[in-house]
Amino acid sequence: MLAYATRHFSLAVPVILIVAVLAFLLMHALPGDPASVMAGSDASPAEIERIRVQLGLDRPVIEQLLLWGWNLLHGDFGRSLTLNQPVMSAVVERAPVTLSLSLLALAITVPISLVLGALAAYRRGTAVDGIVMVLALAGVSVPGFWLGILGITLFSVKLGWVPSSGYVPLSSGVGPWFASIILPATVLAFFQIGFLARITRATMLEVFEQEFIRAARARGVGEWRIVSKHVLRNGLLIIVTACGVILTMLISGAVVTETVFALPGIGRLVVQGVFARDYPLIQGVLIIIALVLVVVNILVDILYRLIDPRLR
Amino acid sequence: MTDSTMQTVEPDPAAAGQFLHKRLRRILRHRSIVIGAAIVAAIVIPAIAAPLVAHFPPNEMHIRDRFTFPSGEYWMGTDAYGRDVFSRVVHGARISMGIAALVTLIVGICGAMLGVLAGYYRVIDGFVMRVMDALMAFPEILLAIAITAALGPQLNSVVIAIAAAYVPRTVRIVRASTLLIRELAFVEAAFINGVGDLRILFRHILPNCVGPLAVQLTFVFAYAILAEAALSFIGVGPPPPAPSWGNVISDSRDYAAEAWWVMAFPGLAISLAALGANLLGDGLSDLLDPRMKGNS
Repeated sequence: MLAYATRHFSLAVPVILIVAVLAFLLMHALPGDPASVMAGSDASPAEIERIRVQLGLDRPVIEQLLLWGWNLLHGDFGRSLTLNQPVMSAVVERAPVTLSLSLLALAITVPISLVLGALAAYRRGTAVDGIVMVLALAGVSVPGFWLGILGITLFSVKLGWVPSSGYVPLSSGVGPWFASIILPATVLAFFQIGFLARITRATMLEVFEQEFIRAARARGVGEWRIVSKHVLRNGLLIIVTACGVILTMLISGAVVTETVFALPGIGRLVVQGVFARDYPLIQGVLIIIALVLVVVNILVDILYRLIDPRLR
Repeated sequence: MTDSTMQTVEPDPAAAGQFLHKRLRRILRHRSIVIGAAIVAAIVIPAIAAPLVAHFPPNEMHIRDRFTFPSGEYWMGTDAYGRDVFSRVVHGARISMGIAALVTLIVGICGAMLGVLAGYYRVIDGFVMRVMDALMAFPEILLAIAITAALGPQLNSVVIAIAAAYVPRTVRIVRASTLLIRELAFVEAAFINGVGDLRILFRHILPNCVGPLAVQLTFVFAYAILAEAALSFIGVGPPPPAPSWGNVISDSRDYAAEAWWVMAFPGLAISLAALGANLLGDGLSDLLDPRMKGNS
């Protein structure tokens, strides 16, 4: 297992290198002179020069790339131009918001989509299946930000059940924290449920056709036991496999959801960076998230091997 | 049933006609393909004919008719500037569907080329796939935002940004098909007969990847519609006052509770368009993978 883990991590090294180069290239893809773009149209030449020197843009590209890599190796992900702080600390400050949002969305997604997917597969071809599949299809077709605005209009403005925007940290009490993110998390979960329920159903359909299910039925094992013990167990594997993809989608969704609900998370940070032309910030956040996701995906693969006895 | 007859195609024109007919009937039996295609057509056709269908130019203001409730004159009501929401949605379909179509085209071409090459030539496989892995390490929307930020707020950068986010997944799918097909006897036979690499790639392998590629591309079309809307909403899409669906919704946020119609209709349009494409993709993948049949 240790050998497997080491091999897996070493396979990720080239990917991480390319991720770093891509993030570096992004800033150099800016049309014209990056320093003057970042300084804005009304900046003085001195201001532009200051940014150029601060970001090392006055040096040869290769030197900049090597320096970028060297800094990354030392955990230096660059410094934001507008926030006047290292990107890493800006990300760490905002991480609780994005994590709360994503994890709560995940907690909503997993049980609901497992049950819906299994139900649809079990009742294949019936009205139940039809309804679940239409719901799931709606989940992956309705834009999250629109659903968010609808939700705010209904639950915050009309009914006044939850605040319409803003984030309350967990340290201010579980209730207010929950109230501040339950609506965004539900909206975020909607897409994931659609996605995961469809995968679950497809996989479950295959499971239901396996020999061991027929054997269990032939032995007179009750239907409930077959579903809960044999089929759902295979469902766990789907969840673990899809985890990496879902996490990536959650972060994508979080960027949009945080904008709709004015939550001060990492996604919002990037969007602010875009409008402030704070490219080092965008670049830094991008690479931090990519690195986290690469590592998570490796861990998921390892976890998968641990869970599935056939691969052990 | 039809499967056994499908595999033996005789070069007899009558039989070929019958074969096409059978195939068409098989396609039409799939409800999701028919419904999905109908929905997409119901949005694409008015979009193409937008100047004929829409009652007003999309940015024409009727200040005296601000916030009109949907009526005979303004089918979907008017917004804060008295712009006709229906006209904006119809013209917006041009932008949104146009972007989605361009993205799909680019993803299709890049995905097919890179996928086939990576699957066929082991030398470049490793490198190409690692780059794709790296691109996939970035969450799609985040990558698209960063690329539009770098390229500037124009239509082109939106297209490139969304395409870049979805090319890697398509490359993977085409590569996987290529890996399977290149081992088949007919490819080997072509190789032994001295058929050149290019011909093998594009005449023998690529046409056999078309099925999975088509399925993937319909989903890419759906994703692209949603991604463009999300980018517009965030403010990095096609610059306003272009009536892209995301822009119209973004404009309507401040008065969503009072004038719900301004936001409701473009949102429905996005959902319907994505739903149509998703249905079509589901139907196509059923058609190609009969194991999953009977779910529509």
